[in-house]
Amino acid sequence: MADPVQTTKPDLYKVTRIIKDGAIVADDWQFVPLASELAPEAHPIPAGRVIVPLPVWQSQRHVLAARGDVGVWLAPADDPQQLADSFGQIALIAVDFPKFTDGRGYSIASLLRSKLHWKGELRAIGDVLHDQLYYMQRVGFNAYALRSDRSAEVGLAALKDFEDIYQFSTDQALPVARRHFGANTAATRGSAT
Amino acid sequence: MYQYDEFDRRVVRSRAAQYRRQVARWQAGELADDEFRPLRLQNGLYIQRHAPMLRIAIPYGHLSSVQLRKLAYITRHYDRGVGHFTTRQNLQLNWVKIEETPDILDHLADVDMHAIQTSGNCVRNITTDAYAGVAPDEIVDPRPFCELVRQWSTLHPEFAYLPRKFKIAVSGATEDRALLRFHDVALELHRDANGEPLVRFIVGGGMGRTPILGETVRDDVPWRDMHTYLEAILRVYNRFGRRDNMYKARIKILVKSLGVAAFREQVEEEFSRIANGPNRLPEDALSWIQSRFVTPQYETLTNNPAVLSDALASNIPFARWHKRNVRGHKAVGYAAVTLSTKRAGFAPGDVTDAQMDAVADLADQYSLGELRITHDQNIVLAHVKQSDLPALHSALHALGFATPSIGLVSDMIACPGGDFCDLANARSIPIAAAVAERLEDLDEQEDIGPLRLNISGCMNSCGQHHAGHIGILGVDKQGQEWYQLSVGGSGGTQSSIGAVLGPSLRADQVPDAVEQIIEVYLEARASNERFLDTVRRIGAEPFKNKLYPNKGKSAADNKVAQNG
Ligand code: SF4
Repeated sequence: MADPVQTTKPDLYKVTRIIKDGAIVADDWQFVPLASELAPEAHPIPAGRVIVPLPVWQSQRHVLAARGDVGVWLAPADDPQQLADSFGQIALIAVDFPKFTDGRGYSIASLLRSKLHWKGELRAIGDVLHDQLYYMQRVGFNAYALRSDRSAEVGLAALKDFEDIYQFSTDQALPVARRHFGANTAATRGSAT
Repeated sequence: MYQYDEFDRRVVRSRAAQYRRQVARWQAGELADDEFRPLRLQNGLYIQRHAPMLRIAIPYGHLSSVQLRKLAYITRHYDRGVGHFTTRQNLQLNWVKIEETPDILDHLADVDMHAIQTSGNCVRNITTDAYAGVAPDEIVDPRPFCELVRQWSTLHPEFAYLPRKFKIAVSGATEDRALLRFHDVALELHRDANGEPLVRFIVGGGMGRTPILGETVRDDVPWRDMHTYLEAILRVYNRFGRRDNMYKARIKILVKSLGVAAFREQVEEEFSRIANGPNRLPEDALSWIQSRFVTPQYETLTNNPAVLSDALASNIPFARWHKRNVRGHKAVGYAAVTLSTKRAGFAPGDVTDAQMDAVADLADQYSLGELRITHDQNIVLAHVKQSDLPALHSALHALGFATPSIGLVSDMIACPGGDFCDLANARSIPIAAAVAERLEDLDEQEDIGPLRLNISGCMNSCGQHHAGHIGILGVDKQGQEWYQLSVGGSGGTQSSIGAVLGPSLRADQVPDAVEQIIEVYLEARASNERFLDTVRRIGAEPFKNKLYPNKGKSAADNKVAQNG
């Protein structure tokens, strides 16, 4: 068996094409990292479409809110609740997966959709690989900044890994068991969001 | 048993196909080792000391004879002809080839089986009482609830990358035979005044290097809220469980650091938000899932038929076996029979392919084609006519599965340990063999009475040593194998964690030490008092004094070396 090659990781946050709403599209949103040596209010924000860290958004909201081309990204430990009153002012929400094995982003996405009712773009960023896309889609992501060294086509296919599911999630797909429950189904689904 | 339908089958097939693609991408170098790792683990594949190990899921320990024959086939063709039943009611194959694992998963899918979530930081296989559905002390049959939890947790999108593994047990009897208080979450089923099932959620138990007994978070969750309550617990854990240190990442550490009251508050807050959401089970969910189980068609029989009472009166080995290995049954005229895998020349839980085939035949002949794997690594035939017991006993005797020792000291639990497992500090199987050899006299064992002896090869505690009346733990001292002994551990309603007796011992000292522990018990016991009850009454001190008579003196004075 061939020894698997460990490629050096590309910059996780420099991605020029993403998967969004089931299609591969070019992307020019710039990621603004959280620099530990800078106070949030001191972060310089470039012109153009930017995705800024939550603390930066909170400290510079008064200026950024008017731009219309600002998205906010959440780190795994961030509380999505803190963004709830900003929904009208931000263009997208990104959830960072610094390492693909850190699963907190799935719960953040789930809360953004089912608790806070964010209806806009929800994007997975960071260590975004093929084999997690299906789950990401199910918890409510609709955009994926797939790592630049991964095939976008394989990523598209991975979104269709399963056609049957066992549990309700924010994607509103109908679980296996519910297909049997008949009349209850429609009623229960009505209260899904 | 639960019967798969086309949906269940498609999920398992899709999963096997997905895994085949993942293996191919890994072989082609498109998937790095550390990226493939969680994927293969969530399909049960470990890379071990000698060869990869595949852990096959046996959902809540239930198997059909058809499935067992398939496991025999896989064991024969893809392994070296021996499978190992684990303490979490799964089957492990220790000699598979990675490139053949996709084929194995296809074979499993042919009989509605898989290896989904048998490892990795996700919700693992659900375990339950091996006597579910037949135990006379049952309040609620846990199997439909196990199946509902199995379905809910299978490929759950939000909880596939938890801080650490997550083990769920379900039970619905008066006596806890599922080690509920040693699980991350346990669902203990009971009934309200109207007979509606309620769920007691016990959270934060576990073994490992920090053994903790689970605590009740809520007593009376209506069964329809079972999934949403689990979701609330898992979401709190997924968000706030520690991820910086794998030894502190289990939910027990989160519950302990918050305190159960604060943990409960967080869970309740999340639960109250989602309680009436889409994951609340519909009213007819339980009857629907029950209808998906094939209910055994019991004949109208009487208890203690003549053929049984005659055999009991005339056949001493049979009577002895009947006393230890046969249990009462809900249905009149039936019994549940435990097949002991604990026999000379075999590690606990080890069964050959030929034996699997033979046991599958016996299940067809005597037990409506159904089998269960127990957490103490034995096999149960749950629907045996009492009139068939003498014939079944002869058949089992010929196969070597009739050791009349269930619940006695030689019915020990041992993990694979250093012979197979990469994480081991020491070997378990030779220790089990040495202790078994020392205590092989069955009359002596009968005299000693019920005694659970559990052996783990390292702190991961797969051999459940913390829950052993006598526990043996392998420790590593400068590259040598040493063993630490404890007494007083137990599962059950009165669960307890064993107390360590003192410095660890060399392998060759262990059988002596076990004998000394038993001597202390025999001297101290009140009439008919079980080992565990004696330990609870007299404490660990007398055992310590016996094993370490020179305590307080220098290490050199003691016959055992001090563990620094
Ligand atoms: S207890 Fe340790 S040695 Fe034994 S199987 Fe588990 S990890 Fe391996």
